[in-house]
Amino acid sequence: MERKYLLGNEAIAHACLESGVDFVCGYPGTPSSEVIDTLRAQPERSYYLEWSVNEKVALENALAAAWCGVRALCTMKHVGLNVAADPLMTSAYTGVTGGVVIMSADDPFAHSSQNEQDTRCYAHFARVPCLDPGSVQEAHDMIRSAFELSEEFGLLVIFRPTTRICHSKGDVELGPVVAGSRKGEFHKDPRQYVVIPAHTRVLHKKLNEKQPAIRKRLVEKGFNRYEIRGKMAIIASGIASSYVQELLPEGVSFMKIGAYPLDEEWLGEFVRKHEKVLVIEELAPEVEETVRQVAGGVPVFGKKNGYAPYEGELSPAAVAMIMEKAGFLKKNPFVPSVPVQNLPVRPPILCAGCLHRGAFYAIRKVFKDAIYPSDIGCYTLGLQLGVVDTTICMGASITVASGIAHSGETRDVVCTIGDSTFLHTGIQGLMNAVYNGANMTVVILDNRITAMTGHQPNPNTGLTACGVETPPVSLDAVCRACGVRFVETVDSYDLTDMVNVLQEAKKRTGVKVIIARQMCVISARRAGVKRGRYTVDPDACTGCGTCVRFGCPAIEFADEKARINELCSGCAVCAQLCPVGAIIREGKK
Amino acid sequence: MTGSYDILIVGIGGQGTILASNILGESCLIEGRQVRGAETHGMAQRGGSVESHIRIDGQYGPLITPGQADLLISFDLLEALRYSHFLKKDGKIVVNRHLVLPTSVYTQKLAAPTEEEIIAALKNHALCLLDADRIATEAGSPLSQNVVMLGAASKWIPLKPETLLESVKRLVPKKTIEINAKAFGMGRAAGGKN
Repeated sequence: MERKYLLGNEAIAHACLESGVDFVCGYPGTPSSEVIDTLRAQPERSYYLEWSVNEKVALENALAAAWCGVRALCTMKHVGLNVAADPLMTSAYTGVTGGVVIMSADDPFAHSSQNEQDTRCYAHFARVPCLDPGSVQEAHDMIRSAFELSEEFGLLVIFRPTTRICHSKGDVELGPVVAGSRKGEFHKDPRQYVVIPAHTRVLHKKLNEKQPAIRKRLVEKGFNRYEIRGKMAIIASGIASSYVQELLPEGVSFMKIGAYPLDEEWLGEFVRKHEKVLVIEELAPEVEETVRQVAGGVPVFGKKNGYAPYEGELSPAAVAMIMEKAGFLKKNPFVPSVPVQNLPVRPPILCAGCLHRGAFYAIRKVFKDAIYPSDIGCYTLGLQLGVVDTTICMGASITVASGIAHSGETRDVVCTIGDSTFLHTGIQGLMNAVYNGANMTVVILDNRITAMTGHQPNPNTGLTACGVETPPVSLDAVCRACGVRFVETVDSYDLTDMVNVLQEAKKRTGVKVIIARQMCVISARRAGVKRGRYTVDPDACTGCGTCVRFGCPAIEFADEKARINELCSGCAVCAQLCPVGAIIREGKK
Repeated sequence: MTGSYDILIVGIGGQGTILASNILGESCLIEGRQVRGAETHGMAQRGGSVESHIRIDGQYGPLITPGQADLLISFDLLEALRYSHFLKKDGKIVVNRHLVLPTSVYTQKLAAPTEEEIIAALKNHALCLLDADRIATEAGSPLSQNVVMLGAASKWIPLKPETLLESVKRLVPKKTIEINAKAFGMGRAAGGKN
């Protein structure tokens, strides 16, 4: 036994090693990415590991591996499970032989996400077990049980941590690492693996028949447990249970929910021993709805009667307020503390020297009055530069662009999408746009890496997740194969070239693709690329503000003059746009 | 409430708040104490305002409640002010005398407080103000400023300074152990013994 101070995701990765995982795959997405990043960084690996191109691809790979009898882990963020929902729903019918754990990390408060959906609803929908840890230690311990449960019931198990588990830290007790030793072997069984109607009807019945035993087992495993301490009770799940435990007054009973489906009989027995019950959980009222079904005449407090919020994330302060409002806490121990008002905000921003900023600048310059659909990645921050009009989900820049183009809207449509997002779910939209004759321009912002989630390689990088060289996909050839005639690759730092190519695209009809390519400035720094800094010649600077509006964090403005700070990475785009040539390479004057 | 000592470390994405939090976590392990923490990862790290919560002797959730922190360690003056409401009445502040104005100040022409105004506002609390960049450079590398900050804060942190120093040595890159050990000592001297 060993204790370490670990990030939730590192503890989860370690638990996979303790479980002898054989097959690891997934698509990066905050807050889930560090699990695979930790597993791929292990000096010795007894398991197969890949970054897949999207979550559907990942889950189908994991499923097939488990059909061959090995243990598989498949990671993604909550919205990734939407992409993987198709295989999820039917693989619950086919079941698995080796254990499969799908880690789908939820993001209450949408710290780094486009919505606040709740993975537990998917588990409910697919009728597969779902584990919902309340601490880093429990996340670690649950992973080991998740593989066992998956094998015991022949079903995929969903493991659903939230941001405050994945990106929390704690002192964690770890177990010994076990090398994955299973060898896959596929046993043909069409009644199991070919879901024609005659087979699937039988499989659906089998899935439903598994449910009562699962519910009982989750209680036996201790994931769902309670302590009777009085006539009032609080039921809490996930990280919220740790907030409740910190505040729990004497004489109030407590039930901790860590796994679904809930055993209604067991739950009802507990609820009916109390005079009133409060349910505290983040996101959907998943526990609360079941509690209400079994409560009989016992009053239930929660989201459905306005005591707790449906949206955002909980915190000790929020939980104290809910408990006080519902009469479960006599005095809120926290005094309200108001932040200092009117401070200038510091939101995340595209890095100094980010390749996307130059591309966005050129797009705005050439297409002044256009519609700019965009996508999911660092470049969504182009919103601050006025070049992001829509973002909905992965790959939706190209499809939204074609939809707008076909709607009768007369302005130009120019969409932006990163290389990883294009390979994730962008290609189908491009094919569709060409096939159906849309008039639009697609700019692929190509930094050859999945930057936002922590620089994971993708098929465009030339390296696998484990660092093995692999032929990089040709974006140019993919676009041409989709039928695009105008495909140009340009250096995002070369404003003149960017502008010329965009102007050329503007003149033409049909779907035009521009691949704006440069290294991610963070990757470049790590690779030791040194471009030399730029500086403003104060005698030449007229203080016009053109460079300041470019929005680079390296450019400041004081005493009516621009100034370049130490964040400069030498991309030189500002030097190209300064109308009086006042921005020069350091030491070159 | 639960007897944990709550430290909030804040700064700008990329300044090294996570290493500082890891050093505290490691120190708790060495002293056999429980610890909880929470961090900012993902897109928010791109030059945005970032926070690390560390609860020494924490047994429950990782989040510190506004008005409850014992100590605020800030790598930037403006961020210290932004998070100062997390402190309890007798909470302490260790802050790097360094002000990076957000780009929004220039692009959207937002008003920003001056260095002097910020320092005056922070003085509602026991304040330790130091030039961590300069001290770190003197110690041998500007990259050691997070260790300088921890050194300065060590007078208020309920962990033995020897333990903190041991954690620094365990967690920094091997080649930089000497520089960081020096940075810790110089930071501790700059912070005063209290």
